[in-house]
Amino acid sequence: MNSLRKFDFAALGACVLFFAVVQGLIFAEIIGPFWELNIILICINIILAVSLNLINGYTGQFSIGHAGFMAVGAYTGAVITVKLGLPFELALVVATICAGILGFLIGLPTLRLDGDYLAIATLGLGEIIRICILNIDYVGGASGLMGIPRFTNFAYVFWIMIFVIFFIKNFKNSAPGRCCLAIRENEIAADTMGINTTKYKVMAFALGASFAGTAGCLFSHYFFLAHPASFTFMRSFDILTMVVLGGLGSMTGSITGAILLTFISAYLSDFPEWRMIIYSITMIVLMLRRPQGLFGNKELANFMLKLGGKK
Amino acid sequence: MSELLKVDNVSMIFGGLRAVSNLSMHIDDGELVGLIGPNGAGKTTAFNMITGVYTPSEGEVYFNGTKSSGMKSYQVTQLGMARTFQNIRLFSELSVIDNVKIAYNMHVSYSFLDAIIRDKKYLDEEDMITEKALALLKIFHLEDKAYETAKNLPYGEQRRLEIARALATEPKLLLLDEPAAGMNPQETHELMEMIRWIRDEFKLSILLIEHDMGLVMGVCERIYVLEYGMLIAEGNPEEIKTNKRVIEAYLGEEVMN
Repeated sequence: MNSLRKFDFAALGACVLFFAVVQGLIFAEIIGPFWELNIILICINIILAVSLNLINGYTGQFSIGHAGFMAVGAYTGAVITVKLGLPFELALVVATICAGILGFLIGLPTLRLDGDYLAIATLGLGEIIRICILNIDYVGGASGLMGIPRFTNFAYVFWIMIFVIFFIKNFKNSAPGRCCLAIRENEIAADTMGINTTKYKVMAFALGASFAGTAGCLFSHYFFLAHPASFTFMRSFDILTMVVLGGLGSMTGSITGAILLTFISAYLSDFPEWRMIIYSITMIVLMLRRPQGLFGNKELANFMLKLGGKK
Repeated sequence: MSELLKVDNVSMIFGGLRAVSNLSMHIDDGELVGLIGPNGAGKTTAFNMITGVYTPSEGEVYFNGTKSSGMKSYQVTQLGMARTFQNIRLFSELSVIDNVKIAYNMHVSYSFLDAIIRDKKYLDEEDMITEKALALLKIFHLEDKAYETAKNLPYGEQRRLEIARALATEPKLLLLDEPAAGMNPQETHELMEMIRWIRDEFKLSILLIEHDMGLVMGVCERIYVLEYGMLIAEGNPEEIKTNKRVIEAYLGEEVMN
């Protein structure tokens, strides 16, 4: 069946076109520095939301420590470029791997918990990571690691984002991805289908964590500094809000959520105190009106197929 | 005929309760065996010990010559044992076909990397899995509903889907936990035919727990009877029907007249 591949190539073509247009607008300075910053932030947030969706939405393990892995990526990347003077590409790879390894090590014991207990454990772990960094003088302690060169540009974030989206999409539609979905749906039944549930839970967790590391590395190399205050549990909640707003288990939803909330934050940047109020009102209205999120667990492709009358 | 499953003197102790006590049983290749007993006799506990959900407190279970007690339940499934549940446990938010596809995960040979870059190996194998899943659904008359969400199926079809999903793991032994629960006599009769047909078509052995005496007596070749965790009788349906202890314990007057 070549239709899968055709669809992939068509989507990739659309991405190239979109990239060309936005990059052109940036070069022509029609998109000013403020919106360029927000576009880059959107891409980073999409990476974060999509990778959290892999853990929370697809595998059904409620993790709220994503900022911790982001911090690991941000600092590892910064140490490699600033302290060791090595290239940015290497920093991205090492940041991804380090966050992934940490996710693996943390996942092994914590994923034996479920539901609320896992949420509490991951929340705590996110904070532990941040406080550890706060106390390491080598990376600047409480004042943060400064003087990071701005290596991140639109091209980097955009194509890494596309890579992550394709990676997770393809993962979901493969046998290991289906194992993760099975675990979300019914862990006992998944077990009797011959699925090693711990293995797949840890796999999803480590993958999600490693992409958070990538996003962290991109983040610190755009804003010139890595600061512990950027990675508090509020950021974890930010990411979680994007995922839940879009609909747990829907990648389209996570992307929409990330775009929507980043725009809201951008528009409200003059009134930072209103931001959290609007966030919470959004969440309350959403939970009352549409508890499954904007997209539920459906993808845009599902809707498009329905409109086309195909099955 | 070779021995497929051997349950050797197993007991399951929960605190002070002996839920199953010194149970020994065996199933040969291609046999259709029933396990009956009054409520609380320990049938499901026995099931859970065989399938690896519990590790027996005493005794051992051998499957196809391998010691399976002490293994995790996914490992037991990988050895070739599949089960259904008394209360249906489907992957309810997923489509019918995905429910079946998940069961093929053990037989997938493409690697993680193949799946991410979607190479030929991945595409070919996914096609094969989809074809196999559709063929299996067709056998169970579910092919029109392949892309519906599993939770939207009517009860009887959910039961069928659960059996189809168990068969997709390509087991040597299929364990059915009260497959006729909640079915009317007509449906039970159809199920009876289906169970026998599955055994012949897929060339496997079946162990079933059931309350519906008509079904058990009609379909099983050999029956074990449990009461208070102990085996009180074993034999073919005729022997069980006339066994004094069984009648006392369980069947009551229904079978007498």
